[in-house]
Amino acid sequence: MTKLPTWADVVLVPVISLLLAAFFAAIVLLAIGQSPTQALTVMVNGALGSAYGWGYTLYYATSFVFTGLAVIIAFHGGLFNIGGEGQAMLGGLGVALVCLYLPMPHWSLTLLLAMGAAMIFGGAWAAVPAYLQAKRGSHIVITTIMFNYIAAALMIYILVNILRPDGSMDPASARFSDAVGLPKFHDIPILQDLFLKYDAEGALKLGKDGLPSYQRVPANVTFFIALAACVGVWRLLWHTKLGYEIRAFGKQEKAANYAGISSFKIIMVAMILSGAFSGLMAINNVMGQAERLLQNSAEGAGFIGIAVALMGRNHPLGVLLAAILFGFLYQGGASLGLETTIPIELRTVLQGLVILFTGALDIMVRMMLGWFFSPRHAQAKGAA
Amino acid sequence: MDYATLLQILDSTIRLGIPLLLACLAGLYSERAGIFDIGLEGKMLMAAMSSATVAALTGSVWIGLAAGIAGSMLFALVHGLASITFRGNQLISGVALNFVASGITVLIAQSIFAQGGRTAPLEGGARFLPIDLPFAEALQGVPILGPLYYEVISGHSILVYVGLLLVPLTWFVLYRTRYGLRLRAVGENPASVDTAGVSVRNLRYSAVMITGVLCGLAGAYMACGLQAGFGREMTAGRGYIALAALIFAKWRPWQALGATMLFGFFQALALRPDVVEAVVRVKVPVPALDALPYILTVVVLAGLVGKAIPPRAGGEPYVKER
Repeated sequence: MTKLPTWADVVLVPVISLLLAAFFAAIVLLAIGQSPTQALTVMVNGALGSAYGWGYTLYYATSFVFTGLAVIIAFHGGLFNIGGEGQAMLGGLGVALVCLYLPMPHWSLTLLLAMGAAMIFGGAWAAVPAYLQAKRGSHIVITTIMFNYIAAALMIYILVNILRPDGSMDPASARFSDAVGLPKFHDIPILQDLFLKYDAEGALKLGKDGLPSYQRVPANVTFFIALAACVGVWRLLWHTKLGYEIRAFGKQEKAANYAGISSFKIIMVAMILSGAFSGLMAINNVMGQAERLLQNSAEGAGFIGIAVALMGRNHPLGVLLAAILFGFLYQGGASLGLETTIPIELRTVLQGLVILFTGALDIMVRMMLGWFFSPRHAQAKGAA
Repeated sequence: MDYATLLQILDSTIRLGIPLLLACLAGLYSERAGIFDIGLEGKMLMAAMSSATVAALTGSVWIGLAAGIAGSMLFALVHGLASITFRGNQLISGVALNFVASGITVLIAQSIFAQGGRTAPLEGGARFLPIDLPFAEALQGVPILGPLYYEVISGHSILVYVGLLLVPLTWFVLYRTRYGLRLRAVGENPASVDTAGVSVRNLRYSAVMITGVLCGLAGAYMACGLQAGFGREMTAGRGYIALAALIFAKWRPWQALGATMLFGFFQALALRPDVVEAVVRVKVPVPALDALPYILTVVVLAGLVGKAIPPRAGGEPYVKER
């Protein structure tokens, strides 16, 4: 197989994989009698056509950055963590406990505590499968999947029997106090100007108090924490001893052992870090948006982390871009559910197709491109 | 717990264990040939939806069964393409196909039936009906064995007996036929099979397609036997539990029967809070019972398996020339 130029490897392969996924999704839509072009228009308008749409797209992207980083940390250690969903639910529990029982005078202090709790809870939930893999050889893929189901049952129990306020029927915790609410994009000076409301004539809409009013969006300050997390994970993996050990172990376990790297330590550390980042996503959805702990709080973001990691070529910068893309798919998919009769599950299909083409069929894509970049093909073009 | 309750639980054990058994045997063929298959779950789901849909539309469970097998085999084919022809990552391919199945089943069911992603309820000839084994009624009076035969062994649908018969059949195919020898060899050392002039690709494709057929049976049984129709995510992790059972059974057919019936027993217990409470004498919360099969799966994997050595070439794409 021809070796591809670096730019083709980094840019062209993911883009073509994405186009293939979109193509098959379009076929599915045609097969169930829907119009793919209409679907695409609704998705683009819903997710990118307004500041409001972007507010949601970036909110979802924030969650996906965290879960995507979680997956790549484990991937670099040669481990496949499918338990991001459960770890994110447990992270949500940590965040909720801090917000309910340890609120600080300022939101930033509460946020710091919540981040710690989210990482500890998420990391602990990943530590059990990691320990079983390291010590007992239990297949990490199966145990992490089982832990997703166990986490779901545990959350129902905790929400219904412990955190549910008296007299409430919902399986959800009490609402957090206003003091722990995180600033949203429409609360942040300068940035908020993007979310100003205008009336039909294009004049500013003023609230009852005579001040301008803003579109309320769920994107919040945790987006910037997600950006920082990308840099942090990049530093960790490529500029620290631990990161080197994780990557060496992931590439060749025996060679890493021979160089004095302990399998037990790396499996534990990589999985706990991975779980911690999955858990960390809860500061976005639980503290930043819902402001209480709901059942199924992670809403599949843990699984999307897998697609984001593969699409992002296992690199934090790629994860950021892929997370924004999936934020678009998620918000666009939600608009589909509202405005068309296409079920919201189209998102899951697209997610699966992206994982399929970027993760499992990428050699197919490379073969196709390899033919295009092969010397013989270039010669033939030169002769013509 | 009295004898009648025990019989009821054993009866549920078989009902709930059979989809696991079929899926586990499905995984056995694929993994013995060196192709990991995390995608049993998705194939079962796909088969459940296609069989229930076609059975509801035609009124015939047999056409439904054929459609279920076809749906499952389509997914198996894609998995084969990704992991054999294009030498991709088999775990990732399986996970991807599970997501596609999870979404596409709801999309199709919703577009046909418009009932929130469910298919129309099946009745009459659109379901697998219970079969009474010979003399079940007559022998009911025999102490202990009579009721056991009548309640537990007789009165299941045809796929239950097919599943049970597949255990010795799989054993025979695997250990007493040339195909089985080659299948096991291709999972351990594909280069040796290749040297002997047998196509690694064809063998592996055939194993993956058998996996598709068996997952098709599992899914069709779920939708048209165990329940009366398809509902979103109705397989609820059974594909993964079947994989755990496969590891527990160390990739051997008779042990697979034992392992899946054990997991079926856990699932049957989860349905009977009264019995569990009577035995442990503590009130057990419902979510704990829901989680029980998954927790016990982890416990079995962690504690009871001992050293489980997968087929040596499992998960490795075979490259003929370097």
